[in-house]
Amino acid sequence: MLINIERTAFLEVNSLQKYKKLFFSTFELSACTFGGGFVIIPLMRKKFVEELGWIEEDEMMDLTAIAQSSPGAIAVNASILVGYHVAGFPGAMLTVLGTILPPLMIISIISMFYQAFRDNAIVNMAMAGMLCGVAAVICDVVINMAKTIFQKKRLLPVIVMLGSFVAVRFFSVNIIVIILVCGVIGAADTWHQGKMRKVGDKR
Amino acid sequence: MIYLELFWSFFQIGLFSIGGGYAAMPLIQNQVVDIHPWLTMTQFADIMTIAEMTPGPIAINSATFVGIQVAGLPGAVIATVGCVFPSCVIVMTLAYIYYRFRGLNMVQGILAGLRPAVIAMIASAGISLLIMALYGQRTLPNDLASLDLIAAIIFVIGIFVLRKWKPNPLWVMAGSGFAGIILYALV
Repeated sequence: MLINIERTAFLEVNSLQKYKKLFFSTFELSACTFGGGFVIIPLMRKKFVEELGWIEEDEMMDLTAIAQSSPGAIAVNASILVGYHVAGFPGAMLTVLGTILPPLMIISIISMFYQAFRDNAIVNMAMAGMLCGVAAVICDVVINMAKTIFQKKRLLPVIVMLGSFVAVRFFSVNIIVIILVCGVIGAADTWHQGKMRKVGDKR
Repeated sequence: MIYLELFWSFFQIGLFSIGGGYAAMPLIQNQVVDIHPWLTMTQFADIMTIAEMTPGPIAINSATFVGIQVAGLPGAVIATVGCVFPSCVIVMTLAYIYYRFRGLNMVQGILAGLRPAVIAMIASAGISLLIMALYGQRTLPNDLASLDLIAAIIFVIGIFVLRKWKPNPLWVMAGSGFAGIILYALV
């Protein structure tokens, strides 16, 4: 408790400094994070847990779980959580800004040259090659993710996975409908499992 | 009102892309290629390629790109804000609950239930991109043998390298771009 009060006081004295640090830390992380959301988590851990000591180790684990399980980009979610934890609502706004500015600027610049870029023969060949690379990367990601589902050795997730695939691929079912239905299935499953566990405990 | 449409589309993408990274991809395709005529499938494949090469989340990169193509810089800002808005509200609510109760069993249960569906949708969007890469069009042609052989070779080697050595995907991207220049120039 005492530590908490001291920490709060410490944070208040340095609030401007802290806001600056928050913004520039997330800006830097976002500008340097290639290859999707899962990469930013270990980098954030290094920055905010090890370097700045603003977040506890196990707290970071929980924040990661929330970031991964909430809708939206993991990098954005994680920075909202870090900002909120360190400096409340204004902190969260600052970290979001820091996270979305680098891609916003980079893509804006690329878009401006997109047409000229696309008309170039060499660029075209490179893009055609890289599209195959993207397809390969996605295929690899899907294999890895699907493996985790099969490793659970439960029938329900496998059925949900195959059913969703058929629904979206062959029947063009709206993605949002699939997400809502599967969310309900997940809730029912959790509730059912919780109940089974309780029955087991009583015995 | 184009700005409102952009905001609403990317709001939905932000709200329903659960699981991060590639999970946004099928939703983006759905919104900007299928529902709205904002991008062609070729442009969509381009933006996925660009998003993979540049830093930042795929959803944010696409929001900026689509926004600029459709309505200039203001469009980019509005699409991007629309994309992160649901995250801000939901994540902050969850953070509040977390620090109050430190337990999110039901939330995690629901999301565990979503996971297989998310994988299925990523697989489907990945297949769309692969068809684009191999045949240069959105749907499979009647003549399946008419595929782009160079593209097929690059894809197969890419998959092999990824499975075997697990390198950073960026290297595979760079390698396949380079291979594309060499092979297409030669043939």
